[in-house]
Formats: sequence, C-alpha cells, structure tokens
Amino acid sequence: MDLALDLFTVAALSAGALFFLAGTVGLIRFPDPLTRLHALTKVDNLGLGLVVVGLLPHANGLVGALKLVSIWLLVQLSGAIVTQLIAGAIRERGHRE
Amino acid sequence: MTILSFTDVGLVLLVLVIGASTIFAREAFDAVIAFVVYGLLLAIVWVRLSAIDVALTEAAIGGGMTGTLLLGAAARLRSAEPDSARIGLAVRLAAAFFCALVAAGLAGALLLPPSVIPTLAPTVMENLVHTGLGNPVAGVLFAYRALDTMLEKVVLLLALLGVWSLAPNSAWNGIPGLRVYERPNSTLTFLAQLLPPLGIVVGFYMCWVGANAPGGAFQGGTILAAMWLLVIIARLEKAPSIGQPWLRIGLVLGPVVFLAVGLAGLVLANAFLAYPPGYAKPLIVAIEVALTISIAVALAMLAAGPPEQVQQ
Amino acid sequence: MDSFLFLIASFVLAMVAGGLIVILQRPSDVDRLMAAQLLGTGGVAILLILAIATEVASIVDVALMLALFAAFAAVAFVRDVSDPENTAQRQ
Repeated sequence: MDLALDLFTVAALSAGALFFLAGTVGLIRFPDPLTRLHALTKVDNLGLGLVVVGLLPHANGLVGALKLVSIWLLVQLSGAIVTQLIAGAIRERGHRE
Repeated sequence: MTILSFTDVGLVLLVLVIGASTIFAREAFDAVIAFVVYGLLLAIVWVRLSAIDVALTEAAIGGGMTGTLLLGAAARLRSAEPDSARIGLAVRLAAAFFCALVAAGLAGALLLPPSVIPTLAPTVMENLVHTGLGNPVAGVLFAYRALDTMLEKVVLLLALLGVWSLAPNSAWNGIPGLRVYERPNSTLTFLAQLLPPLGIVVGFYMCWVGANAPGGAFQGGTILAAMWLLVIIARLEKAPSIGQPWLRIGLVLGPVVFLAVGLAGLVLANAFLAYPPGYAKPLIVAIEVALTISIAVALAMLAAGPPEQVQQ
Repeated sequence: MDSFLFLIASFVLAMVAGGLIVILQRPSDVDRLMAAQLLGTGGVAILLILAIATEVASIVDVALMLALFAAFAAVAFVRDVSDPENTAQRQ
C-alpha cells in the first residue's frame, strides 16, 4: 500500500513538474502577450493541481488534505479571474497603441 | 540533503537577480513589480530559514501592502514634474557604499560569531508553558516583550497621522484619494465579491491560530486590510472619510485594549503588562483580536493615502 | 521520498526563476503583470512541497498567504497599467 502511494506521488509530481516546464517554455517562446498569458495560467495551474494531488497521500490527515485542496481551489479561482483582468489590460493597451 | 542545498543556493541567486532588477529598472512601475516579486520570494527564503511567522508577514507586507504603497507613491510622482531630480551618480554611489557597509556588518556577525552566541531562546522555550501559549513568537511578542509590541502599534498610528498630515487644509477629515479602477469592470467586481469573504475568514483564522502556531494579529490584520482595499479599488465601496467615528475607534481599539490590560496588570499582577496567572492566554487572545482590527484599519488607511476630497 | 520531493521543488523553482528572468527582461509592462501570476502558482507549489517534505504544517499557511497576496498584487498592478495617466507618460 505504501509503495503504491509512493509510486502515485512520484508519478503525479513528475507530471506536475513537466507541466510547469511546459508552462515556462510557453512563457518564453510564445509570440504574443495573450498567448503567453494563456500558457502561464492554464498550464501552471494544471501543474499545481497535479502537485497537490500527488501530495495528498502524505498530507496531515483529513484536515491537512482538505487544506491542500482548498488552497488549490483558491489559486485556481483567483488565478482564472486575475488572468481575465490581465487579458483585459493587454487588450486595452493594444487598442491604445 | 545536498538537493536542498542546491535549492537554497538557487533561491538565493534568484533573489539577488530580482534585487538587481529592482535597482536597475528604468521606470518606477517596473521597479515596484520587481520589488513585490522580491518580497514574495523572500517569504520562501524565510521558510527555508525556519522563520514561519516572518515568512507570513513578508508575504503579506512585502508582497501586498508595500507594493500598493509604492505604486501609490509612484503615481503621485508621475503627476509631479516629469524631469525633476534624476538622481545623480554621486548619490547612487553613496547609497551603494552604505548598503554594502550594512551587508558587510551582517555578514561579519553571521560568519564570525562570538564563541558563545548570546541567546535567550532556550529560556523562552522553558518558560513558555507558563503563558499557556504554544507559539514562542507569540510568547515573546505578548509576554516577554509586550511593551515593545504595544509601542509598535502606537508607532503605526503615528505613521498614519504623518500620512494624514499631508492633506491640504481644506480636505482635512475628507476622503482619501486611493486610486481606484478607472471604470467599473465586471471581472474585478466578481473578484472583489469572491475573495474578501474568504480573506476575512483567513484573516481571523491567522489571528486565532497565532497563539499556538505561526501567525498572529499582524498577519491577520494585513489580510483584512488587503481585502478592504480590494473592495475599494473595485469600486464596490467608497473609501471612508477619515473623520468617521467608527474608523477612529477601530484605529485606537488595539492600543487601548493593550494599554488597559497592561494597566490592569498593575493591579492584578503587580506589574505593568503582567498577566494574572492562568489568565494569560485569554487576555493575550483578546488583545490580538483588538490588534487585528486596528492593524487592518491602520494599514488600509496608510495605503489609501492622505485625504484629498472634501467630505460631502 | 524526501529527496524526490526536494528535487521536484528545485525543478519548479528553476522553472519559476526562468520565467521571472524572461518576464522582467521584456520591455513591455503588460508582460510584467504576469510575474504575480507566476509566483502565485509556482511559489505555492514550491511551498506546498516543502511543507510536506519537511513536515512543518504551518508552511501551508504561508502558501495560503502567498496565493492571496499574489492575487492582490496583480490587481494593484493591473490598476496601474489601466490608468490612462500612466499610458500618457510612457511613450
């Protein structure tokens, strides 16, 4: 059981790290602020989600696990809304110049 | 263990690069963004140094509040003459020299410590059990150095008075000129309706948990201040005029409660700011709640700036 | 397991570092708005891994603070960028 959980953690965290890599590559290579924002928010958030899922087996009981999940939800929600804000600002800047 | 050392070295290098980016930025806005990033990264550094309470405060103040304050200052500078006073090379070199001096002093103290490092930490841990608290930082703040903590809160109020005194005579008791979003934005409105309820819960949780785990009044109060500022920036509420009675009461509530408990200690426990045995923890928690409210109001008003509009 | 967790944490840190350096190099200021977003996700990931790896539960609270204040800082930055006075000064 422990071994299975450890393997699960390794797999999930590796996948999460991979998504963070993809997000950063997108941030560096994409041509446009809006596409870069896309890469940053969606991919990095997915990476964080995978990291949280991978850490759940090692969390501090049920309360600890709930805390991890709620932090992920908070980052997800606020990240999504803040992205829309930033995108609005980018579009506005484009219209002004 | 070596992997962790690599992480630490990488973190330090990143912090240094961001610090350099802050100094060499051309525009104030760019420098402030770099500074906020620096503050948030520093929170991770504090975690690696096992100073969790400091990490919480750094993320809150260095990441959020200082950024807001500096952006407000940069905005005011922009409306001043654009080309006045580009800082000369001599001033920059002098600043660099004194910063290097301070850094050398700190490095010397850390790398060449005296053979017996003076510390009261073991004594604090031994006696902490008498206060009923579980967090040694809270013990130091409210039991062993309570006078310092109380005076710090008074200093915060004095700083706020300093900011308010920048108001023109006609605008005294008026509404602070916190820059809000230029027009109502449905996305920002949604965020300002969603986040503050969560933030308020987290703020009081942070204050409550500070007795036994890292946290406390300052961190909690900063979260509450940030949520209030968010609501004002999103144009859901107007900034209050500084003459409002509830605002003034909220500001002094913390120091007054602290002072009252201190004076009561003269009667009940034979010393100023001493706690009667067995009642230390409830009194400290009561002080922390009052302080959370005061700190929240004070920090929000500090970021809002001096009054500009006359109260209607 | 701990070594693996630290390895992932340093990898994410390297990703955050790379992203930050690239963002802060770019001349346009709209790109810099993303710095807060990047720290809000990457920094939280690093802290959560550290919390589990070093078994200090309060680091999770630091991650919570980081998440909240990264969002707040982003709002303050966007407010500045959207300010019409700001665009007048920057050429």
